[in-house]
Amino acid sequence: MNNLGLMISLLIIGVGLFWILIRSIQGREVERRIIFIFIGLAVAAPILFKISFSEKATPIVKAVYDQIEKLPANSKILISYDYDPSMAPEVGPMTDAFVRHAMAKGLRVYIMTLWATGQPLIVTAIDEIIKKEFPEKKNGVDYVNLGYKAGGSGVLNVIITDIRKMYLTDVNGVNIDSMEIMHGIRSLRDMNLLVSVGGGLPGVKEWILFAGDPGHIPTAGGCAAVTAPLLYPYYPNQLLGLLGGIKGAAEYESELKKEYPRLANAPQPGIKMMGPQTLAHLVIMAFVVIGNITYFIRKKRS
Amino acid sequence: MKRQVPLIITFVVGTILVVSVFFPPVERMGEDFSLFFDIIAVFAFFLGGGNLVRIHGNRLYKQQKDWGFSLVTLLGFFLMLAAGLFKIGNPNGITGDVTATGSLFQTLYYRIFFPLSSTMYALLAFYVASASYRAFRAKNREATILLISAFVILLGRTPLGTYATGWIPESFSLLQIPNLAIWIMSSPNLAGQRAIMIGIALGVISMSLRLILGVERTYLGVDNE
Repeated sequence: MNNLGLMISLLIIGVGLFWILIRSIQGREVERRIIFIFIGLAVAAPILFKISFSEKATPIVKAVYDQIEKLPANSKILISYDYDPSMAPEVGPMTDAFVRHAMAKGLRVYIMTLWATGQPLIVTAIDEIIKKEFPEKKNGVDYVNLGYKAGGSGVLNVIITDIRKMYLTDVNGVNIDSMEIMHGIRSLRDMNLLVSVGGGLPGVKEWILFAGDPGHIPTAGGCAAVTAPLLYPYYPNQLLGLLGGIKGAAEYESELKKEYPRLANAPQPGIKMMGPQTLAHLVIMAFVVIGNITYFIRKKRS
Repeated sequence: MKRQVPLIITFVVGTILVVSVFFPPVERMGEDFSLFFDIIAVFAFFLGGGNLVRIHGNRLYKQQKDWGFSLVTLLGFFLMLAAGLFKIGNPNGITGDVTATGSLFQTLYYRIFFPLSSTMYALLAFYVASASYRAFRAKNREATILLISAFVILLGRTPLGTYATGWIPESFSLLQIPNLAIWIMSSPNLAGQRAIMIGIALGVISMSLRLILGVERTYLGVDNE
């Protein structure tokens, strides 16, 4: 079904693009709505036919995976959900994968967000991933939801020296001093790893500038594909690894699937989304080629 | 006096924040100022909310053009505000997490805000494709280099790059499209990004000095003197 679906999708899109190429050579303008239909088809077909591809982690993604992998049980990892629903389809699979990995490794997970619209996403992750897939994990012992605080990078400036200046309770109003997970935690410097996932401001860059680098705390990140080029200057010294876009999430999920049989049946949205992304990229490239052929033909004629 | 007080505050706070990075005895003051900043940031929500109500309320009252959109905005604003403020439907009551599962706030967030936001972002794919067709032309040498790089990155971000060039022997592995994409990102892109970042940092230092020394006063609502 997978291959048949792929063949049918490629055939339909290929024939359609060839027709557009002929029209373009004849000098006819391609309407915007036709381009939209092709993108719609390229995205919908892999979802309908369940087309997916195998992935292999690139070094920049593997570095994050290996860093979490080498942490001993009960190590402290802070995951920050620095994004909103508009970015959630692209970067959400990364946070899901990080939470699953940390839970499967038996790490202590501290979750927070620098975005006001990020807090409900944390609640859902806890309900859908931790409570369902890891029912043995306890709130306040294995994980804690610190929620959102206003101030953006200003929050990091404070919690780098004292978490309790910003967070006296978790999101449910429970005093953090009464939680086992918070014993021995004074500041971000007590964390073994910081992971920020986001694509805007504040995001991964702010975590590097205001927490990871001044506090000498290992920092990893995940971001939207368009933001990834901006973060390469920090890799590998200040940013030990980065998941860029859906491809990064898919690579990370493939590593998890390989190493953790327990997570083999867990949802893998990153891998699922690579089908639509692959065909959409192909269609965009085809349109660029067609556009250029038309451009040169017209230039020659004129 | 109206100008001098803000200038003095800017000078004192700016100087302490800079000095606190280099001199541990004043480090504590820097932390306190960061905390003040976080407290002030909370008031931005009040200001933002107030401004939104003022602008859209005014448009609605005067029934200006597109006042219907203002009505929807205000209804949405007050509905979310009430759901969050009174924690309507919250399983843990008024003391529980505002975004708890089952609360009206969470329902509105996932049933309305989430799909609308995701849809708006997803529309980008359509516009990118349309813009690529119309504007991405190999008009000159620089544009051609950009076009080739874009193709390598686009292919490198999909498994097709591996399938297409996986046959290239390991000794020439740089020519494999995924590796070529990584090289573009970690060499030419890195060099360009670092240059931009250093330029921006120098600009920020220069602007900060102008602010601290009171040379730049546009934030007070007046032109430079």
